Amino acid sequence: MSELSVNHLLGIKYITKSDIDLIFETADHFKEVINRPIKKVPSLRDITIANLFFENSTRTKLSFELAEKRLSADVINFSAAASSVKKGETLIDTVNNILSMKVDMVVMRHPNPGAGVFLSKHINASIINAGDGAHEHPTQALLDSYSIRERLGDVAGKNVVIVGDILHSRVALSNIYALKLQGANVKVCGPKTLIPKYIESLGVEVELDLRKALQWCDVANMLRVQNERMDISYFPSTREYTQQYGVNKKLLESLDKEIVIMHPGPINRGVEITSDVADSGQAIILDQVQNGVAVRMAVIYLLASKIKQ
Amino acid sequence: MSQKVLLNATEVDIILNRLACQLIENHEDFTETVLIGIQPRGVFLAERIKRLLEESYDISNIRLGHLDITFYRDDFRRTAKTLEANKTHIDFVVENKKVVFIDDVLYTGRSINAALTAIQSFGRPQEVELLCLIDRRFSRHLPIQPDYRGRQVDAINNERVKVSWVENEGEDSVYVVNK
Repeated sequence: MSELSVNHLLGIKYITKSDIDLIFETADHFKEVINRPIKKVPSLRDITIANLFFENSTRTKLSFELAEKRLSADVINFSAAASSVKKGETLIDTVNNILSMKVDMVVMRHPNPGAGVFLSKHINASIINAGDGAHEHPTQALLDSYSIRERLGDVAGKNVVIVGDILHSRVALSNIYALKLQGANVKVCGPKTLIPKYIESLGVEVELDLRKALQWCDVANMLRVQNERMDISYFPSTREYTQQYGVNKKLLESLDKEIVIMHPGPINRGVEITSDVADSGQAIILDQVQNGVAVRMAVIYLLASKIKQ
Repeated sequence: MSQKVLLNATEVDIILNRLACQLIENHEDFTETVLIGIQPRGVFLAERIKRLLEESYDISNIRLGHLDITFYRDDFRRTAKTLEANKTHIDFVVENKKVVFIDDVLYTGRSINAALTAIQSFGRPQEVELLCLIDRRFSRHLPIQPDYRGRQVDAINNERVKVSWVENEGEDSVYVVNK
């Protein structure tokens, strides 16, 4: 198996376990590359990639851009705030205009779920979904699993709890798919109002008590409360949320084992996680960011190798 | 598919000793020299030469690295299959060192061309030399020649040169295989 089974990365739902294995093996090599004195390889020198961000992003956008540049691709950036989208142009028109400038690959973040899948049916370029609404964020899930594999040796058989705003989180959904595919046990934990109905149908368990969830797990992935996606009030107050679902040093020390703490960023310090935890050796938050570049290089490299000359 | 033996174990052994001696002639105690085995198949030869230098010629502290050239190859997207990478492992500084590339078969020269670009990511070597066990004459696509060669071969294009090592295939030998 030396080739991805897909031509686009639209979501973890559409890929296989061997795709993930191939991405991780390739990412291992790129991780070595980005720790060299010269952190760049010439593989994609004849590929042009457009980063289309119809929604705000700091980390993901920088990470993709860096990954593309380390592979020597030509990069063009687009953000909706400063574009003709505001003038009423449709998604297909916007993208086709960009593609007519000879672009080979599109990295897209969009507020609407399914935007990537929709686009893949209408345009002739390889697409990477960098987050579509509350649906999927596949590269985040891949880098999360990669970071677990790096810290604990393997993902299979590990107990992972995803804590927080599961309802509005694309990171949660992609992580659930990725972790289940690799044979991990997954629980979700958070206020009942922020846990989607029928989540059990994805093969995960719901645990409403944070302490019990932490006691059970090897890894806790702490999600951010996405205030910007909340149309109504899902919990009484931020302070109450923190008391029930925030992780602090005291809580972690009361457990009878040391667990790994992850966070996809951006962190609301003092809400879902306190600073002493975020900055401790138990947290692999900055490893996740570094691995993000290597994993994205692997995804881009493997997809680009399927673009015919 | 037919194959004929080009070199047997004894001949391989004689050649490896000669190559080791030629290296010593030019690099003395190897303090300013590093050996780089080109992945995947050059690594076996490189490991063997290092062991020979240490065990038979008493040279210690030889630095040997493995260099993978996959991401530097010029045929990305030009072959049907995705190019699969191997491990690069260079835990020393290449800056200002004399670098010796080691590969089993020198054919078109394109791998070495890629290796010359790849090694620059680790610093600027003082000089780069090339050692190969088999030099396939008349088949070069680029102006690249070895500094140390085991045996020169005139193999035609539908022939393949196959190098086996005790470490991976149970015997030291070189075959010319008719495809």
